[in-house]
Amino acid sequence: MKIGIPRAFLYYKYRYLWETFFHELGCEIVLSPETNRQIVKDGINYAMDESCLSSKIYLGHVHYLIDKCDYILVPRIANFGLGEVVCTKFQAAYDVIANTFRDQNIKILNYNIDHRKKQTEFKAFMKMGKELNKRKFEIIRAYFMAKQAEKTYFQLELKKQQELLKRDSELKVLIVSHAYNIYDKFVGEPIVKYLEKLDCTIIIGEISPKQEAKREAKEMSPTLPWTYNKELLGAIKLYQKQVDGIVLMSSFPCGPDSLVNEMIIRKIKGKPILNLVLDEQEGNVGMETRLESFVDIIKLKKDVVNEKQKES
Amino acid sequence: MKNKKKVSFPHLGNYWVAIEFLVKNALDADYIIPPPITKKTLELGSMHSPEFVCSPFKYNLGNYIEALEAGANTLIQTGGVCRLGYYGELHEQILKDLGYDFIFINLAKVSYRKPYTLFSDFKKINPRLSISKLTNYMSLMIRMVKIIDKVEGFIRENVGFEVVSGSFDKLLKEFLEALRKVKNKKDINEIYYDYYKQFKAIKIKKPKKPLKVGIIGEYYTIMEPFSNRYLEKELAKKGMIITRTMNISNSLFLRREKDVKTKIKGYLQYDIGATGMDTISEALRLAKEGYDGLIHVKSFGCMPEVDAIPVLQNISNDYKIPILYLSFDTQTSETGIKTRLEAFYDMIVMRKEKK
Repeated sequence: MKIGIPRAFLYYKYRYLWETFFHELGCEIVLSPETNRQIVKDGINYAMDESCLSSKIYLGHVHYLIDKCDYILVPRIANFGLGEVVCTKFQAAYDVIANTFRDQNIKILNYNIDHRKKQTEFKAFMKMGKELNKRKFEIIRAYFMAKQAEKTYFQLELKKQQELLKRDSELKVLIVSHAYNIYDKFVGEPIVKYLEKLDCTIIIGEISPKQEAKREAKEMSPTLPWTYNKELLGAIKLYQKQVDGIVLMSSFPCGPDSLVNEMIIRKIKGKPILNLVLDEQEGNVGMETRLESFVDIIKLKKDVVNEKQKES
Repeated sequence: MKNKKKVSFPHLGNYWVAIEFLVKNALDADYIIPPPITKKTLELGSMHSPEFVCSPFKYNLGNYIEALEAGANTLIQTGGVCRLGYYGELHEQILKDLGYDFIFINLAKVSYRKPYTLFSDFKKINPRLSISKLTNYMSLMIRMVKIIDKVEGFIRENVGFEVVSGSFDKLLKEFLEALRKVKNKKDINEIYYDYYKQFKAIKIKKPKKPLKVGIIGEYYTIMEPFSNRYLEKELAKKGMIITRTMNISNSLFLRREKDVKTKIKGYLQYDIGATGMDTISEALRLAKEGYDGLIHVKSFGCMPEVDAIPVLQNISNDYKIPILYLSFDTQTSETGIKTRLEAFYDMIVMRKEKK
């Protein structure tokens, strides 16, 4: 049994969970390659003009997997309870894929998380396992193994990041961006690489103690509805004292980010913030210039602070 | 009565009449009707809004600024299931950063589990408000919204065929003015029956098989005529029946989720968020009823409505019904929309003649 997983969107949030789960069930995983020009092109072809860049890329990955596997995994996530929703893109993902590729007869493996309708992740994975004709015991076991793996990896990532945060001498930049943007080869990687070339240490907002981050976010912005944005907003609060600058990186025209980034710029004071909106246009010369001048600014600021500390 | 609050709420079609009624009677406050939306409203709103936020946010902000300038000191914003749910908090932040002094009632803070929080919010406006008073006037307001929707629905189906141009519009204005003067349920009902008769008496000339077009799509843009560049008026000029089921009564008070869910079978497995599911169920209904065309309306980048489009395309193919997709942002020009409507109109007329 071959399960196709589009390497886009929620893959970057749930990769350890998914990969371990299917592996434990004895399924073969077919992962679409890192985003490349062709995938972006295909995605743009299938997607509506006004969709965000990330969702266009997602369609490109789904298209790549057609005829290469038995199932394509397309989860649907609506909410994790009251006041804990996700972008409607994830709520609509299943139906968008089913309708867009209706004539290609694709077989979708779906799971549905909707806590307000009592559909939890555990239930969703049980159903998914049954669809694959696995026994109940097997599924439960695979699920808990997957959860354990997920937890371990998260802790590992967090530990690594905490090491980075301790490095005092280096210029540290916090990148606030959804997992599917910052880890994407086409979207986020060029930015990360370029900042590293400018001798910056990259702190990733997506990597944080999630529960704590969400609590911080709730305090800062009580009606913020999107869970993934809460995690990012809270991460800013948790890391802002330890970094020299903040880069907000969104894909055009991301709905939640369009509002939340504005709120961040208005509420977070004392650290330079760069707001980057990425689209499918080629050529990042303009982007590089902006990154360079941003790094110049934070360098200058850091030097001034260091001078003052020396004096006193 | 010196410090009577001056309350305002952003425009949405003609619903300000019902909101004014609630504010004046239940909340014992003055209602500042936001100045009618103009290009300036939109410019003001856009200037202070994040660039790629959906345009209803910008319209609302423009309304707030103009209402504050007109003397409002208490603003209300609702909650919602898409970006709308976060509008209020950011609106408040932006207006405070601009230096305005006001009370902001953000209904997104009202918890579904504790309806009482809604009451305590309104109590900030009127400390002597009682629950029975609020519920009483709320139910009257709902009644008012329902009759506005009924009247406007009737107009939409007939205004395209009026003999004396402008007669529906003129009577609608009178009707709304009359509605502003009501005090109780009896008044509301009397005005409704009286005017409904008058609307029915307006002379029309309907052909035997008139053109029928349905309008579907996103909440705000479909209901606020400025934001859709007076789409319905343009269509009416061509002489056709216009059906638009999306309104406040049908989406808030009369909506049955189960009905919607059964209607969308075969096209949607899940609720795709906000009005997306309603758009699909309405498109299917009108397609099955043999409408000549559909117009899908949304603000640029509206997430749930963008996701509805691939589904609409399938419906369009399956039922052979043409759908015109219109997306409105702050730059959308009236002429551009007119040209596209013109072309769409010619196409559906040709198709109808072929039949």
